[in-house]
Amino acid sequence: MEFFIAQILTGLANASSLFLVACGLSLIFGVTRIVNFAHGSLYMIGAYTGYTLMQVLPGAIGFWAAIILAGLVVGIVGVLIEILVLRPVYRAPELFQLVATFGVILVIQDLALMIWGPQDLLGPRAPGLRGVVRILGEPIPKYDIALLIITPIIALALWYLMTQTRMGVLVRAATQDREMVGALGVNQAWLFTGVFALGSALAGLGGALQLPKGGADLLMDFNILAPVFVVVVIGGMGSLPGAYLAAIIISVLNVFGVTYLPQSTLVLMFVVMIVVLMIRPYGLFGREEVAGEHGQVGEPERPIKPASSVMRGIVVVLLIGFVFLPLGGSSYSLVFVTDMLIFCLFAASLHFLLGTGGLVSFGHAAYFGGGAYIAALLITYSETPMEIAFVLAPFGAGLTALAIGWVCLRLTGVYFAMLTLAFAQLVWSLVFQWGSVTGGDDGLVNIWPAEWLKPTVTYFYFVLILSVAGILLLRHVQHSPFGFALRAARDSHRQAEATGINTRQIQLIAFGFAGFMGGLAGAMFVFSKGSVFPNELEIARSFDALIVVFLGGVKTLAGGVVGAGFFKGLEETLLRFEYWRLLMGLLIIFIVIAAPEGIVGSLRKGAERIGLRRVENQ
Amino acid sequence: MTSVLETKHLTKSFGAIMAVDDVSFGLKKGELLALIGPNGAGKSTCFNMLMGQITETSGEVFLEGQKINGLLPRQIWRKGVGRTFQITSTYSSMTVIENVQMALLSHHNEILRIFSYATLKYREEAMALLEMVNMADQADRHCAVLAYGDLKRIELAIALAHDPSVLLMDEPTAGMAPKERVELMQLTAKIVEDRDVSVLFTEHDMDVVFANAHRIMVLNRGRLIAEGNSEDIRNNSLVQDVYLGGGSVFANEPSAKHA
Repeated sequence: MEFFIAQILTGLANASSLFLVACGLSLIFGVTRIVNFAHGSLYMIGAYTGYTLMQVLPGAIGFWAAIILAGLVVGIVGVLIEILVLRPVYRAPELFQLVATFGVILVIQDLALMIWGPQDLLGPRAPGLRGVVRILGEPIPKYDIALLIITPIIALALWYLMTQTRMGVLVRAATQDREMVGALGVNQAWLFTGVFALGSALAGLGGALQLPKGGADLLMDFNILAPVFVVVVIGGMGSLPGAYLAAIIISVLNVFGVTYLPQSTLVLMFVVMIVVLMIRPYGLFGREEVAGEHGQVGEPERPIKPASSVMRGIVVVLLIGFVFLPLGGSSYSLVFVTDMLIFCLFAASLHFLLGTGGLVSFGHAAYFGGGAYIAALLITYSETPMEIAFVLAPFGAGLTALAIGWVCLRLTGVYFAMLTLAFAQLVWSLVFQWGSVTGGDDGLVNIWPAEWLKPTVTYFYFVLILSVAGILLLRHVQHSPFGFALRAARDSHRQAEATGINTRQIQLIAFGFAGFMGGLAGAMFVFSKGSVFPNELEIARSFDALIVVFLGGVKTLAGGVVGAGFFKGLEETLLRFEYWRLLMGLLIIFIVIAAPEGIVGSLRKGAERIGLRRVENQ
Repeated sequence: MTSVLETKHLTKSFGAIMAVDDVSFGLKKGELLALIGPNGAGKSTCFNMLMGQITETSGEVFLEGQKINGLLPRQIWRKGVGRTFQITSTYSSMTVIENVQMALLSHHNEILRIFSYATLKYREEAMALLEMVNMADQADRHCAVLAYGDLKRIELAIALAHDPSVLLMDEPTAGMAPKERVELMQLTAKIVEDRDVSVLFTEHDMDVVFANAHRIMVLNRGRLIAEGNSEDIRNNSLVQDVYLGGGSVFANEPSAKHA
């Protein structure tokens, strides 16, 4: 019993920074409708800034002042991000802001590396709170007790701010209906900035507060992201009490998980989230997202057409170039083009889901990495011939996608996106923590292709044929009756259902098909590298694909492939620089602001403007 | 003469509010039947129940003698009921003709095919439907750039794609210019004649209703209060009260509440 209570107290103390970060994210989402992926980065800056300030400011007063100042500094960083990056893209197409915030993540990662260096920083202990107190005989760190007291105070302060002040009323009103608030004469731009500053400050505060427990390192931005999303989704987007309750549930559960089920702590969190969403689809305190709230912004998508003869010509020339590459190019260029082709297929499969299906999946890496792992596991454990493992991998990935899609498609909009992310993280944590089977962090190695495919040139042709065939098939399906039905379900769910189309069935099949293609890319990947590690399943891998699709252009057929080719080429160029993430991040932000229709969309617009291409339907 | 579509004691309550209260009527074959009533009378609720969009509290709906309530909208559509929406719903990323082809593909159960080209399918049939609603000359235009009245006509073509026996039109002329309204209703009347389809529609514009409907039903506060031809409805004192604000409809209610 004593142990039990001690466990709960530890869990409650751990909930503190999770709650602060989550309610910041929730506030920002509620008002601006932006899912701020850079929120983890703000948390990280809070920790680093707090650390530096604690070195300078002496004693207990200095310690607590440093925490508060860290919050303020991050608040200012938030204002800068909002004004410089987000303001120009509020009018951009749906979810485009995500890519911008991802650019911010990259920039902050490299800036933190520049300023604070690569080594992990051990957080200073809080002056006067170094030891433990015994509660019912169990030792509890004094700092935990302090957190237990501080968190409810901050929660109460937030509650007061939200319910009793003018700013709070405006924020709540804007969460309900921001157009109306704008119509009533409230300056929306500054309201958004204010909320973003507040949300950022809370993240910074959370980062600084956890210093004595966790310190600061360069991975903490991504590490906090998954639990924070889980908390916000369980609690309900935009709900502060929800965030508080969910942070406690997750933290307490985590503490018990570490004690009783140490192999499954990560999995547990996602299982809870999935269960909650199955019962309450919009979280514990969330309200239903009104359809169309995340509706398409900007220009409606144009009707699709078969490629023009010029485009076909360009593609043929490019393909001929690839076919003759082994004659002229170095073996390095073969490996590079192989990687690029695989990535293009992966991106095209996500683009199919995202563009044609309108289904924003944040967890597409699950099928890519899933396909790779299925092949690798078959080879490692059952000595399956490579050819059979290669064929089974996409089917396995497709089945996984069907199962995940079956659950996720109950929801729409941002909840759908979050749930797909959670499932992908579930797959990742299964692989990561189930080390005895999957090799955990060490991955699976020695996964080579069959003898006849071993030579680099042969494998290059193998990948070339399969990737191009896969991409062409994806493209063709978009022109087929099925592709049209999928677009119909996206354009007008109501009309589609009213004319006999089972939209959920169509979307589920599309989800499975995209998973299959992602799995095919994954299978080609694992045999080209000879090994697979859990990072192929990571959030970052899913985001790579998302960015590529957005950069290429969601509303164009070629967007995925063009974006992938561009991204790989860019990565190749930038990797030579020490701070390539910074350059990449800035470039992403630049593209988002300057070319919100993506590369293909902007090229098309440009061609129309200078008269190379006929303007349609005017 | 038997009814193609029939409701029996159809009722829907939202909490204490009876949105539709014991409504029974029949739509006869080849009829153009109007359902009118002031704002909040329960017209749209009634419609949504007929199309399976919402579930009734009690009562039944029959299509050619077969019970259809409890079915999903897409199942009701497959039984031969077409509908148009009060606020148009078209596929904005497609061309005009592709919108109609989509409905034809669905009707012929071909939406799961992946090896053919959708735009090559049922083009002639789609064109014929577009000709009927006078949209053939705009067949290859992008839906998103069209005028509202044109979208309404495309919706009509979509609704007729599976050759329905019953067509439900929820405020077909809402948001249209007066001239367009007359044209659309004349078109509808012509379709009723040519295609052997029975139409039930709701409408705000009384001129449209009186000029075209074969029969009119008046709904107020969820109840049917009158039924008959234009002449009957025009002269019905109860209807005049409802529309002209002459007083309370139900004796036990203060008239002031009904503005």
